[in-house]
Amino acid sequence: MNFDFSDELKQLRDQARRYLVEQSPRAVVRQVLDGGERYATALWRGMAEMGWLGAAIPEQYGGEGLGYEGLCVLAEELGRAVAPVPFASSAYLATEAILLAGSDAQKRRLLPNLADGSAIGCFALAEGSGNPDPANVRLRVVGGRLSGSKWPVMDGGVADFAIVAARDEASDVALFVTDLTAGTVSRRNLTTIDPSRNHARIEFTGTDVEKLGATTGWPVVQRLLERAAILLAFEQVGGADACLEMALGYAMERYAFGRPIGSFQAIKHKLADVYVAIELARSNAYYGAWALSADAAELPLAAATARVSATEAFHLASKENIQTHGGIGFTWDVDCHLYYRRSKQLALAIGAAPYWKNRLVELIETRNAA
Amino acid sequence: MDFNDTPDEAAFRAEARAFLVANAAPKSRARPVLRLGDMGADAVQQCKAWQAKKADAGFAAITWPKQFGGREASPILQVIYQQEEDNYAVPRGLFEIGIGMCIPTMMAYARPEQLDRYVRPALRGEEVWCQLFSEPAGGSDLAALRTRAERDGDDWVINGQKIWTSGAHLSDLGIIVVRTDPNLPKHEGLTFFFLDMKSPGIEIRPIHQMSGSSHFNEVFFTDVRLPDAQRLGAVGQGWTVSLTTLMNERLAVGEVHRPDVEDLVELSRSLLVDGAPAIRNGAVRERIAEWYARTHGLKFTRFRTMTALSRGQTPGPENSIHKLVNAGKLQDIASYGLDLMGMAGLVMDDDMAEAYAMFQQALLSSPSARIAGGSDEILRNIIAERVLGLPADIRVDKNRPFNEVPTGAR
Repeated sequence: MNFDFSDELKQLRDQARRYLVEQSPRAVVRQVLDGGERYATALWRGMAEMGWLGAAIPEQYGGEGLGYEGLCVLAEELGRAVAPVPFASSAYLATEAILLAGSDAQKRRLLPNLADGSAIGCFALAEGSGNPDPANVRLRVVGGRLSGSKWPVMDGGVADFAIVAARDEASDVALFVTDLTAGTVSRRNLTTIDPSRNHARIEFTGTDVEKLGATTGWPVVQRLLERAAILLAFEQVGGADACLEMALGYAMERYAFGRPIGSFQAIKHKLADVYVAIELARSNAYYGAWALSADAAELPLAAATARVSATEAFHLASKENIQTHGGIGFTWDVDCHLYYRRSKQLALAIGAAPYWKNRLVELIETRNAA
Repeated sequence: MDFNDTPDEAAFRAEARAFLVANAAPKSRARPVLRLGDMGADAVQQCKAWQAKKADAGFAAITWPKQFGGREASPILQVIYQQEEDNYAVPRGLFEIGIGMCIPTMMAYARPEQLDRYVRPALRGEEVWCQLFSEPAGGSDLAALRTRAERDGDDWVINGQKIWTSGAHLSDLGIIVVRTDPNLPKHEGLTFFFLDMKSPGIEIRPIHQMSGSSHFNEVFFTDVRLPDAQRLGAVGQGWTVSLTTLMNERLAVGEVHRPDVEDLVELSRSLLVDGAPAIRNGAVRERIAEWYARTHGLKFTRFRTMTALSRGQTPGPENSIHKLVNAGKLQDIASYGLDLMGMAGLVMDDDMAEAYAMFQQALLSSPSARIAGGSDEILRNIIAERVLGLPADIRVDKNRPFNEVPTGAR
């Protein structure tokens, strides 16, 4: 049994944690939250220099070839730091879409720019309300051109290009790549519950798009979402862990009724429950990391399980962190809300909890039928 | 990451599997073995026969020193054996406490000649041991126990009552912690002994549980006499010795509870809600997904513990998570299963109830799972204090002489 990260990856984790403590303190997060920047550009450049952006991109396409376990380790630390960078959009969603569906020529053209940070990618799926579902993909590509709007698109206002899920001329769902700086594209930055991460509404008006590879059909979107779910689960676990650490720190230093509030069982038991939720989520995320790196047949079920668990853990940890802090916990100046916001943002990003729970049971049914 | 055994582990697993294939029948998932009522004489004999076979093959005490019949092997091999044995229908439930808790405590504190006398019969299942800790006034607050032992020459004389003693009525021997000096603060006035359960003055009464089973007992002591040679540890050191015993309890492998989430999946395929199988219902699907995620979160937490064991590390108080999550989940799944059955959910007749009344049985037995062996509340305290480092509760009784501590009506 070897169900843990290797010593090298633990070193990478420690190094990433130290780097983010220095380069992405919560003051940097607030820069973006308060509208000073749309993402932390200096941090992003530093991450590019350290090779994080191409962690899972094979070396032949300009990446580091660190593998998926390395990417998982980085994801957890970025989640812990609530890092205000388009990492999930660029390094999980856009990169994975190209790796999954792109032709070799497309990989050669697009991946090196993602790896060195010279281009930011995003993934445009939603067309307003609803969870991931082929019926909710209505935009159509006609004669190589796309018209209509996609929203919300995570990091859509800061990306250079988008991977768009749309219908091709045969009405099949497919992935397309498109330049977002073209004159036929207009973008509006959205006001959201989490201003520390950019979201946009993207309007296409006869925009030139190129089909990603030759694969069509909903399963390619589903596979992409599953792979992203595992990486996002690590971000969620990292965020939840940071909430628990904050709550513990405050519970030790805050006195009420003549003793630290952390000595009251009302607080102790609450935080024990948070710990339990995080441990379960972490273990499920580890299984996802294994499935991702082994490209195992169990990946879909592992992804849904990791997603359900991590969403629950981050939600619990972020709300109980505020509760443990009491009145000061819901002020703008104290950092609890950064995590509370991010928790819900991540919970919705690739489909909400009810969607993933339903998907998990679908996969159990498929497994049982086999 | 991988789930592979090391070469040594793989060789051991193959050996364990070969032993089980040759000596036991595979477990059937369809109809789980339910432990109800008292263990009859036949079942006791089957347990003893299996234990002897297991001991002779070297699987009964894998981590013990060789001189006591063990293999002096890493705890990871113990876990591997348990994983393999869990696939077989073997008689269980009589020796776990003796082998897992009593004898390890003896090894830490008993004299060599006592170990020569007691260890091997316990290992081979010839003698059954029980653990006499809890009392009516000392459950979660174990150190508040009141059973007295008074010195009389070379002997001690015990008077008082123990409760929740698993298997006392089937036991030959027991370990016991008692109060030897009520003038000292509660943790300091305790002393630890082992004793013959057939000693004059011991009366054992089974406790009839709400589930119908009688797994626990009350044990009454009236002028029970035992020699000072049966003391384990110094006079007044009883609390320290008790902690040795309880530490071993946490290493014990968690039991598999039924019904589990897979049973709920099966149930919801066969039952109808609004004219369609319950599993088509969105609310039902959400609940199944949540329990599946918790179940697998625990499974993979166990894999992480195994990895630590495999690397020679010792698991700590974080292991409390298993019982805390499992017991509550069992109760919730059982209750939800009955909800799915609707108005017929209350029926327990074997021939009419769904899934051989497994859900109803669990509804009635799961409350004890959340209390016995460390209540949910105590486990949360352990996690909060020993894993998360939060301050211990303020204890108003800590430094007062025990006989001046307020006790309430009971």
